[in-house]
Amino acid sequence: MRITDHPILQFEKGPKVTFTFDGQQLEGYEGEPIAAALHAAGIRTLSHSHVKKRPRGFFCAIGACSSCLMTVDGVPNVRVCVEKLRAGMRVETQQGKGVLR
Amino acid sequence: MINTQIAVIGGGPAGLRAAVAAAQLGAQVLLLDESDHLGGQLIKQTHKFFGSQQQFAGSRGIAIAKKLEAAARSQENIAILQEATVLGIYEDGVLLAEHKGRVIKVRAQRIIVAVGACERMLAFPNNDLPGVYGAGAVQTLMNVHGVRPGRRVLMVGAGNIGLIVTYQLLQAGVEVAAIVEAAPTIGGYLVHAAKVRRAGVPIYTSHTIKEAHGEEAVEGATIWQLDANRQPVAGTERHFAVDVICLAVGLSPLSDLLWQAGCQMKYVPELGGTVAVRDAHLCTSNPRIYVAGDVAGVEEASSAMVEGQLAGLSAALSLGLGGKEAQEQLAEAKAQLSALRAGPVGEKIRAGLAWVEKGVTADA
Repeated sequence: MRITDHPILQFEKGPKVTFTFDGQQLEGYEGEPIAAALHAAGIRTLSHSHVKKRPRGFFCAIGACSSCLMTVDGVPNVRVCVEKLRAGMRVETQQGKGVLR
Repeated sequence: MINTQIAVIGGGPAGLRAAVAAAQLGAQVLLLDESDHLGGQLIKQTHKFFGSQQQFAGSRGIAIAKKLEAAARSQENIAILQEATVLGIYEDGVLLAEHKGRVIKVRAQRIIVAVGACERMLAFPNNDLPGVYGAGAVQTLMNVHGVRPGRRVLMVGAGNIGLIVTYQLLQAGVEVAAIVEAAPTIGGYLVHAAKVRRAGVPIYTSHTIKEAHGEEAVEGATIWQLDANRQPVAGTERHFAVDVICLAVGLSPLSDLLWQAGCQMKYVPELGGTVAVRDAHLCTSNPRIYVAGDVAGVEEASSAMVEGQLAGLSAALSLGLGGKEAQEQLAEAKAQLSALRAGPVGEKIRAGLAWVEKGVTADA
Protein backbone atom coordinates (compact mmCIF):
# COMPACT_ATOMS: atom_id res chain seq x y z
CA MET A 1 0.00 0.00 0.00
CA ARG A 2 3.08 2.27 0.02
CA ILE A 3 3.21 4.91 -2.71
CA THR A 4 6.55 4.63 -4.47
CA ASP A 5 5.96 6.90 -7.43
CA HIS A 6 4.06 10.19 -7.14
CA PRO A 7 3.83 13.05 -9.68
CA ILE A 8 4.25 15.79 -7.05
CA LEU A 9 5.46 14.35 -3.77
CA GLN A 10 8.54 12.61 -2.49
CA PHE A 11 8.23 10.89 0.84
CA GLU A 12 11.14 11.27 3.22
CA LYS A 13 11.03 8.38 5.60
CA GLY A 14 12.97 7.58 8.72
CA PRO A 15 14.92 4.33 9.05
CA LYS A 16 13.04 1.06 8.67
CA VAL A 17 12.24 -0.51 12.04
CA THR A 18 10.39 -3.55 13.33
CA PHE A 19 7.54 -3.54 15.84
CA THR A 20 4.87 -5.98 16.91
CA PHE A 21 1.10 -5.93 16.44
CA ASP A 22 -0.64 -8.42 18.74
CA GLY A 23 2.57 -10.42 18.77
CA GLN A 24 3.03 -10.43 15.00
CA GLN A 25 6.28 -8.83 13.80
CA LEU A 26 5.82 -6.00 11.27
CA GLU A 27 7.98 -3.38 9.59
CA GLY A 28 7.44 0.34 9.38
CA TYR A 29 9.39 3.58 9.25
CA GLU A 30 10.50 5.31 12.41
CA GLY A 31 8.62 8.55 13.06
CA GLU A 32 5.54 7.79 10.95
CA PRO A 33 2.23 7.38 12.80
CA ILE A 34 1.67 3.84 14.07
CA ALA A 35 -1.63 3.77 12.14
CA ALA A 36 0.19 4.50 8.85
CA ALA A 37 2.57 1.60 9.43
CA LEU A 38 -0.33 -0.72 10.30
CA HIS A 39 -2.35 0.39 7.28
CA ALA A 40 0.64 -0.13 5.00
CA ALA A 41 0.80 -3.68 6.37
CA GLY A 42 -2.86 -4.18 5.48
CA ILE A 43 -4.23 -3.84 9.02
CA ARG A 44 -7.31 -1.67 9.11
CA THR A 45 -9.10 -2.78 12.28
CA LEU A 46 -7.52 -0.87 15.15
CA SER A 47 -10.08 -1.12 17.93
CA HIS A 48 -13.59 -2.37 18.77
CA SER A 49 -16.67 -0.64 20.09
CA HIS A 50 -17.21 -1.29 23.79
CA VAL A 51 -20.72 -2.73 23.74
CA LYS A 52 -21.23 -4.51 20.41
CA LYS A 53 -17.52 -5.10 19.76
CA ARG A 54 -17.83 -3.82 16.21
CA PRO A 55 -14.52 -3.25 14.40
CA ARG A 56 -13.16 0.29 14.22
CA GLY A 57 -10.55 1.85 11.97
CA PHE A 58 -9.20 5.37 12.03
CA PHE A 59 -11.46 8.17 10.85
CA CYS A 60 -9.90 11.64 11.23
CA ALA A 61 -6.15 10.82 11.32
CA ILE A 62 -5.42 14.03 13.22
CA GLY A 63 -5.99 12.85 16.78
CA ALA A 64 -9.48 14.27 17.20
CA CYS A 65 -12.00 11.41 16.90
CA SER A 66 -10.85 8.60 19.29
CA SER A 67 -11.60 5.88 16.75
CA CYS A 68 -8.03 4.48 16.79
CA LEU A 69 -7.23 3.94 20.47
CA MET A 70 -4.81 1.06 21.08
CA THR A 71 -2.48 -0.19 23.79
CA VAL A 72 1.12 0.74 23.05
CA ASP A 73 3.96 -0.57 25.22
CA GLY A 74 1.36 -1.34 27.88
CA VAL A 75 -0.22 2.15 27.85
CA PRO A 76 -3.94 2.07 26.91
CA ASN A 77 -5.91 4.63 24.87
CA VAL A 78 -3.01 5.75 22.67
CA ARG A 79 -4.15 7.61 19.54
CA VAL A 80 -2.17 5.60 17.00
CA CYS A 81 -3.00 8.03 14.17
CA VAL A 82 -0.68 10.61 15.76
CA GLU A 83 1.65 8.51 17.94
CA LYS A 84 5.00 8.03 16.23
CA LEU A 85 6.41 4.61 15.53
CA ARG A 86 9.66 3.65 17.25
CA ALA A 87 11.76 0.51 16.95
CA GLY A 88 10.56 -2.38 19.06
CA MET A 89 7.15 -0.92 19.94
CA ARG A 90 4.59 -3.37 21.26
CA VAL A 91 1.23 -2.42 19.69
CA GLU A 92 -1.83 -4.32 20.88
CA THR A 93 -5.57 -4.35 20.29
CA GLN A 94 -7.03 -2.86 23.44
CA GLN A 95 -9.30 -4.94 25.65
CA GLY A 96 -11.80 -2.83 27.58
CA LYS A 97 -11.48 0.84 28.40
CA GLY A 98 -8.00 0.73 29.92
CA VAL A 99 -6.99 1.73 33.43
CA LEU A 100 -5.54 5.09 34.51
CA ARG A 101 -2.14 4.67 36.11
CA MET B 1 4.36 29.66 34.44
CA ILE B 2 5.20 31.18 31.06
CA ASN B 3 4.19 34.83 30.67
CA THR B 4 3.40 36.29 27.28
CA GLN B 5 1.40 39.15 25.83
CA ILE B 6 -0.41 37.10 23.20
CA ALA B 7 -0.89 33.34 23.10
CA VAL B 8 -1.92 31.89 19.74
CA ILE B 9 -3.44 28.41 19.87
CA GLY B 10 -2.99 26.54 16.60
CA GLY B 11 -0.20 26.80 14.04
CA GLY B 12 -2.21 26.50 10.83
CA PRO B 13 -2.73 29.27 8.26
CA ALA B 14 -4.79 31.43 10.65
CA GLY B 15 -2.59 30.99 13.72
CA LEU B 16 0.71 31.53 11.88
CA ARG B 17 -0.57 34.72 10.24
CA ALA B 18 -2.00 35.96 13.56
CA ALA B 19 1.31 35.38 15.33
CA VAL B 20 3.29 37.23 12.67
CA ALA B 21 0.85 40.16 12.46
CA ALA B 22 0.92 40.67 16.25
CA ALA B 23 4.69 40.21 16.48
CA GLN B 24 5.28 42.78 13.75
CA LEU B 25 3.53 45.33 15.96
CA GLY B 26 5.98 44.46 18.75
CA ALA B 27 3.92 41.97 20.76
CA GLN B 28 5.58 39.10 22.59
CA VAL B 29 3.83 36.05 21.14
CA LEU B 30 3.71 32.40 22.17
CA LEU B 31 2.41 30.04 19.48
CA LEU B 32 1.23 26.61 20.63
CA ASP B 33 0.47 23.71 18.30
CA GLU B 34 -0.48 20.16 19.17
CA SER B 35 1.39 18.51 16.30
CA ASP B 36 5.06 18.23 15.39
CA HIS B 37 4.72 20.39 12.29
CA LEU B 38 3.54 23.91 11.49
CA GLY B 39 1.10 24.79 8.72
CA GLY B 40 -1.87 22.82 10.03
CA GLN B 41 -3.77 20.99 7.33
CA LEU B 42 -1.91 22.85 4.54
CA ILE B 43 0.83 20.23 4.75
CA LYS B 44 -1.38 17.72 2.94
CA GLN B 45 -2.73 20.06 0.27
CA THR B 46 -0.82 19.20 -2.89
CA HIS B 47 -3.04 21.24 -5.19
CA LYS B 48 -2.50 24.84 -6.25
CA PHE B 49 -4.66 27.38 -4.48
CA PHE B 50 -6.99 29.92 -6.05
CA GLY B 51 -7.73 33.30 -4.52
CA SER B 52 -5.62 36.42 -4.44
CA GLN B 53 -1.89 37.07 -4.75
CA GLN B 54 -1.60 38.18 -1.09
CA GLN B 55 -2.78 34.70 -0.11
CA PHE B 56 -0.27 32.94 -2.40
CA ALA B 57 -2.72 32.01 -5.18
CA GLY B 58 -1.03 29.63 -7.63
CA SER B 59 1.09 28.00 -4.91
CA ARG B 60 0.52 24.50 -3.61
CA GLY B 61 -0.71 24.23 -0.02
CA ILE B 62 2.48 22.44 1.02
CA ALA B 63 4.54 25.38 -0.26
CA ILE B 64 2.29 27.95 1.46
CA ALA B 65 2.80 26.14 4.78
CA LYS B 66 6.59 26.49 4.39
CA LYS B 67 6.30 30.22 3.60
CA LEU B 68 4.05 30.92 6.59
CA GLU B 69 6.30 28.91 8.89
CA ALA B 70 9.42 30.73 7.70
CA ALA B 71 7.75 34.10 8.35
CA ALA B 72 6.87 33.07 11.91
CA ARG B 73 10.30 31.59 12.64
CA SER B 74 12.04 34.76 11.43
CA GLN B 75 10.31 36.86 14.12
CA GLU B 76 12.45 36.92 17.26
CA ASN B 77 9.48 37.83 19.45
CA ILE B 78 7.53 34.70 18.52
CA ALA B 79 8.21 31.69 20.74
CA ILE B 80 6.95 28.41 19.26
CA LEU B 81 5.90 25.45 21.37
CA GLN B 82 5.11 22.32 19.31
CA GLU B 83 3.49 19.11 20.51
CA ALA B 84 1.63 21.25 23.05
CA THR B 85 -2.10 20.56 23.39
CA VAL B 86 -4.07 23.30 25.12
CA LEU B 87 -6.45 21.73 27.64
CA GLY B 88 -8.28 24.73 29.04
CA ILE B 89 -8.55 28.52 29.24
CA TYR B 90 -9.39 29.92 32.68
CA GLU B 91 -10.98 33.11 34.03
CA ASP B 92 -7.67 34.69 35.05
CA GLY B 93 -6.23 34.37 31.53
CA VAL B 94 -4.14 31.31 32.38
CA LEU B 95 -4.18 28.46 29.95
CA LEU B 96 -3.09 24.90 30.62
CA ALA B 97 -1.35 22.79 28.04
CA GLU B 98 0.02 19.27 27.88
CA HIS B 99 3.54 19.31 26.48
CA LYS B 100 5.38 16.02 26.01
CA GLY B 101 3.79 14.38 29.03
CA ARG B 102 3.96 17.44 31.31
CA VAL B 103 1.36 20.08 32.12
CA ILE B 104 2.48 23.65 31.60
CA LYS B 105 0.79 26.95 32.48
CA VAL B 106 0.77 30.05 30.31
CA ARG B 107 -0.44 33.49 31.41
CA ALA B 108 -1.44 35.61 28.41
CA GLN B 109 -3.04 39.03 28.14
CA ARG B 110 -4.73 38.06 24.89
CA ILE B 111 -5.50 34.61 23.48
CA ILE B 112 -6.15 33.94 19.80
CA VAL B 113 -7.94 30.63 19.27
CA ALA B 114 -7.14 29.28 15.78
CA VAL B 115 -7.61 25.55 16.28
CA GLY B 116 -9.40 24.79 13.01
CA ALA B 117 -12.10 22.27 12.26
CA CYS B 118 -12.67 18.54 12.08
CA GLU B 119 -14.26 16.17 9.61
CA ARG B 120 -18.02 15.56 9.64
CA MET B 121 -19.65 12.15 9.75
CA LEU B 122 -22.66 11.03 7.75
CA ALA B 123 -25.39 8.69 9.06
CA PHE B 124 -25.84 5.46 7.08
CA PRO B 125 -25.84 1.75 7.98
CA ASN B 126 -22.34 0.37 8.66
CA ASN B 127 -20.75 3.84 8.65
CA ASP B 128 -18.53 2.64 11.50
CA LEU B 129 -16.69 -0.02 9.48
CA PRO B 130 -12.94 0.35 9.00
CA GLY B 131 -12.55 1.86 5.54
CA VAL B 132 -15.01 4.70 6.08
CA TYR B 133 -12.53 7.55 6.25
CA GLY B 134 -12.75 11.32 6.38
CA ALA B 135 -11.37 13.09 3.30
CA GLY B 136 -8.76 14.84 5.45
CA ALA B 137 -7.67 11.51 6.87
CA VAL B 138 -7.24 10.11 3.36
CA GLN B 139 -5.10 13.14 2.46
CA THR B 140 -3.00 12.75 5.59
CA LEU B 141 -2.40 9.07 4.99
CA MET B 142 -1.47 9.35 1.31
CA ASN B 143 -0.03 12.87 0.93
CA VAL B 144 1.89 13.13 4.19
CA HIS B 145 2.76 9.53 4.97
CA GLY B 146 2.77 7.99 1.49
CA VAL B 147 0.31 5.17 2.20
CA ARG B 148 -2.66 4.45 -0.07
CA PRO B 149 -5.98 4.34 1.81
CA GLY B 150 -7.15 1.37 -0.29
CA ARG B 151 -7.52 0.14 -3.84
CA ARG B 152 -10.90 1.51 -4.92
CA VAL B 153 -12.78 4.41 -3.37
CA LEU B 154 -16.33 5.75 -3.37
CA MET B 155 -16.21 9.49 -2.72
CA VAL B 156 -19.17 11.06 -0.94
CA GLY B 157 -19.44 14.80 -1.62
CA ALA B 158 -18.73 16.84 -4.76
CA GLY B 159 -17.66 20.05 -3.05
CA ASN B 160 -14.10 21.27 -3.59
CA ILE B 161 -12.67 18.85 -1.05
CA GLY B 162 -14.40 15.82 -2.61
CA LEU B 163 -13.25 16.81 -6.09
CA ILE B 164 -9.68 17.68 -5.11
CA VAL B 165 -9.17 14.56 -2.99
CA THR B 166 -10.53 12.44 -5.85
CA TYR B 167 -7.87 13.88 -8.11
CA GLN B 168 -5.20 13.34 -5.45
CA LEU B 169 -6.31 9.70 -5.08
CA LEU B 170 -5.85 9.22 -8.83
CA GLN B 171 -2.38 10.80 -8.58
CA ALA B 172 -1.53 8.31 -5.83
CA GLY B 173 -2.58 5.41 -8.06
CA VAL B 174 -5.91 4.68 -6.37
CA GLU B 175 -9.03 4.00 -8.43
CA VAL B 176 -12.11 6.14 -7.69
CA ALA B 177 -15.32 4.30 -8.63
CA ALA B 178 -17.61 7.34 -8.45
CA ILE B 179 -18.43 10.55 -6.64
CA VAL B 180 -21.91 10.93 -5.14
CA GLU B 181 -23.45 14.28 -4.24
CA ALA B 182 -26.80 14.72 -2.50
CA ALA B 183 -27.37 18.17 -3.98
CA PRO B 184 -28.72 18.46 -7.53
CA THR B 185 -25.57 20.35 -8.59
CA ILE B 186 -21.82 20.03 -8.07
CA GLY B 187 -20.77 22.25 -5.17
CA GLY B 188 -17.09 22.65 -6.04
CA TYR B 189 -15.40 24.61 -8.81
CA LEU B 190 -16.22 23.25 -12.25
CA VAL B 191 -12.54 23.22 -13.26
CA HIS B 192 -11.96 20.58 -10.57
CA ALA B 193 -15.06 18.64 -11.66
CA ALA B 194 -13.94 18.69 -15.28
CA LYS B 195 -10.52 17.34 -14.30
CA VAL B 196 -11.89 14.25 -12.53
CA ARG B 197 -14.51 13.63 -15.21
CA ARG B 198 -11.81 13.71 -17.89
CA ALA B 199 -10.03 11.05 -15.86
CA GLY B 200 -13.15 8.90 -16.16
CA VAL B 201 -14.71 9.32 -12.71
CA PRO B 202 -18.52 9.66 -12.91
CA ILE B 203 -20.27 12.19 -10.66
CA TYR B 204 -23.77 11.21 -9.52
CA THR B 205 -25.63 14.32 -8.36
CA SER B 206 -28.95 13.94 -6.46
CA HIS B 207 -27.55 10.67 -5.08
CA THR B 208 -26.48 9.60 -1.62
CA ILE B 209 -25.00 6.54 0.01
CA LYS B 210 -27.61 4.05 1.16
CA GLU B 211 -25.34 1.70 3.05
CA ALA B 212 -21.86 0.28 3.38
CA HIS B 213 -21.24 -3.47 3.13
CA GLY B 214 -18.70 -5.67 4.87
CA GLU B 215 -18.09 -7.59 8.09
CA GLU B 216 -14.60 -6.67 9.28
CA ALA B 217 -14.03 -3.75 6.87
CA VAL B 218 -15.67 -2.01 3.92
CA GLU B 219 -16.18 -4.33 0.94
CA GLY B 220 -18.76 -2.34 -0.98
CA ALA B 221 -21.31 0.44 -1.00
CA THR B 222 -24.81 0.97 -2.33
CA ILE B 223 -25.97 4.40 -3.47
CA TRP B 224 -29.43 5.57 -4.46
CA GLN B 225 -31.08 8.57 -6.04
CA LEU B 226 -32.77 11.42 -4.17
CA ASP B 227 -35.94 13.09 -5.42
CA ALA B 228 -36.62 16.84 -5.45
CA ASN B 229 -37.42 16.68 -1.72
CA ARG B 230 -34.19 14.79 -1.06
CA GLN B 231 -36.07 11.58 -0.31
CA PRO B 232 -34.47 8.34 -1.55
CA VAL B 233 -36.08 6.68 -4.55
CA ALA B 234 -36.46 2.90 -4.14
CA GLY B 235 -35.33 0.91 -7.14
CA THR B 236 -32.53 3.31 -8.11
CA GLU B 237 -29.84 1.49 -6.13
CA ARG B 238 -26.40 0.99 -7.66
CA HIS B 239 -23.70 -1.13 -6.11
CA PHE B 240 -19.95 -0.49 -6.10
CA ALA B 241 -17.24 -2.89 -5.01
CA VAL B 242 -14.96 -0.57 -3.02
CA ASP B 243 -12.70 -0.96 0.01
CA VAL B 244 -12.85 2.71 1.02
CA ILE B 245 -15.73 5.13 1.43
CA CYS B 246 -14.33 8.63 1.66
CA LEU B 247 -16.53 11.25 3.33
CA ALA B 248 -16.11 14.79 2.05
CA VAL B 249 -19.30 16.15 3.57
CA GLY B 250 -17.93 19.20 5.28
CA LEU B 251 -16.14 20.24 8.43
CA SER B 252 -17.23 21.37 11.86
CA PRO B 253 -15.42 24.04 13.90
CA LEU B 254 -13.45 22.59 16.84
CA SER B 255 -15.26 24.79 19.32
CA ASP B 256 -14.53 22.85 22.53
CA LEU B 257 -11.99 25.32 23.98
CA LEU B 258 -14.27 28.29 23.36
CA TRP B 259 -17.17 26.53 25.09
CA GLN B 260 -14.94 25.64 28.00
CA ALA B 261 -13.68 29.23 28.25
CA GLY B 262 -17.29 30.41 28.55
CA CYS B 263 -17.47 32.43 25.32
CA GLN B 264 -20.93 33.23 24.02
CA MET B 265 -21.62 30.60 21.34
CA LYS B 266 -24.09 30.30 18.50
CA TYR B 267 -25.08 27.50 16.13
CA VAL B 268 -24.71 28.88 12.62
CA PRO B 269 -25.18 26.22 9.93
CA GLU B 270 -23.72 28.49 7.24
CA LEU B 271 -20.42 28.55 9.17
CA GLY B 272 -20.34 24.79 9.69
CA GLY B 273 -21.58 24.48 13.28
CA THR B 274 -21.20 26.17 16.62
CA VAL B 275 -18.99 29.25 16.60
CA ALA B 276 -18.15 32.06 19.02
CA VAL B 277 -20.14 35.25 18.69
CA ARG B 278 -17.66 38.03 17.97
CA ASP B 279 -17.28 41.55 16.66
CA ALA B 280 -15.92 42.60 13.28
CA HIS B 281 -12.38 42.49 14.76
CA LEU B 282 -12.83 38.84 15.76
CA CYS B 283 -12.99 39.58 19.49
CA THR B 284 -15.35 37.17 21.29
CA SER B 285 -17.68 37.97 24.19
CA ASN B 286 -14.59 37.57 26.39
CA PRO B 287 -12.47 40.66 25.59
CA ARG B 288 -9.31 38.63 26.14
CA ILE B 289 -10.18 35.95 23.57
CA TYR B 290 -10.09 36.26 19.77
CA VAL B 291 -10.90 33.70 17.06
CA ALA B 292 -9.56 33.18 13.53
CA GLY B 293 -9.77 30.59 10.77
CA ASP B 294 -12.05 27.56 10.52
CA VAL B 295 -12.91 27.60 14.25
CA ALA B 296 -14.60 30.96 13.56
CA GLY B 297 -16.51 29.51 10.60
CA VAL B 298 -15.46 26.94 8.02
CA GLU B 299 -14.10 28.65 4.89
CA GLU B 300 -11.01 28.45 2.70
CA ALA B 301 -7.36 28.65 3.78
CA SER B 302 -7.14 32.06 2.08
CA SER B 303 -9.78 33.62 4.33
CA ALA B 304 -8.25 31.84 7.33
CA MET B 305 -4.96 33.64 6.64
CA VAL B 306 -6.62 37.04 6.41
CA GLU B 307 -8.67 36.37 9.54
CA GLY B 308 -5.43 35.48 11.29
CA GLN B 309 -3.94 38.76 10.16
CA LEU B 310 -7.02 40.63 11.39
CA ALA B 311 -7.11 38.88 14.79
CA GLY B 312 -3.36 39.37 15.30
CA LEU B 313 -3.58 43.07 14.51
CA SER B 314 -6.73 43.57 16.62
CA ALA B 315 -5.27 41.78 19.64
CA ALA B 316 -2.02 43.77 19.47
CA LEU B 317 -3.86 47.08 18.99
CA SER B 318 -6.05 46.31 22.02
CA LEU B 319 -2.83 46.12 24.09
CA GLY B 320 -1.86 49.63 22.96
CA LEU B 321 0.67 48.41 20.40
CA GLY B 322 0.90 49.69 16.81
CA GLY B 323 -0.10 53.06 15.49
CA LYS B 324 -1.72 54.63 12.49
CA GLU B 325 -0.06 52.14 10.16
CA ALA B 326 -1.54 49.23 12.09
CA GLN B 327 -5.00 50.78 11.75
CA GLU B 328 -4.43 50.97 8.00
CA GLN B 329 -3.37 47.31 7.91
CA LEU B 330 -6.51 46.44 9.84
CA ALA B 331 -8.70 48.24 7.30
CA GLU B 332 -6.78 46.51 4.48
CA ALA B 333 -7.36 43.06 6.04
CA LYS B 334 -11.07 43.76 6.37
CA ALA B 335 -11.22 44.87 2.73
CA GLN B 336 -9.41 41.67 1.65
CA LEU B 337 -11.90 39.54 3.57
CA SER B 338 -14.82 41.31 1.93
CA ALA B 339 -13.25 40.73 -1.47
CA LEU B 340 -12.73 36.99 -0.77
CA ARG B 341 -16.37 36.68 0.32
CA ALA B 342 -17.83 38.73 -2.54
CA GLY B 343 -20.13 37.34 -5.18
CA PRO B 344 -22.32 34.24 -5.20
CA VAL B 345 -19.55 31.99 -3.80
CA GLY B 346 -19.47 33.96 -0.54
CA GLU B 347 -23.22 34.32 -0.17
CA LYS B 348 -23.59 31.59 2.44
CA ILE B 349 -20.64 32.86 4.51
CA ARG B 350 -21.97 36.42 4.42
CA ALA B 351 -25.36 35.23 5.66
CA GLY B 352 -23.72 33.31 8.50
CA LEU B 353 -21.52 36.19 9.51
CA ALA B 354 -24.43 38.63 9.57
CA TRP B 355 -25.96 36.34 12.13
CA VAL B 356 -22.89 35.83 14.31
CA GLU B 357 -21.35 39.30 14.33
CA LYS B 358 -24.50 40.71 15.86
CA GLY B 359 -25.18 40.61 19.51
CA VAL B 360 -21.90 40.37 21.40
CA THR B 361 -23.35 41.36 24.73
CA ALA B 362 -21.24 43.00 27.42
CA ASP B 363 -22.45 40.66 30.13
CA ALA B 364 -22.07 37.40 28.18
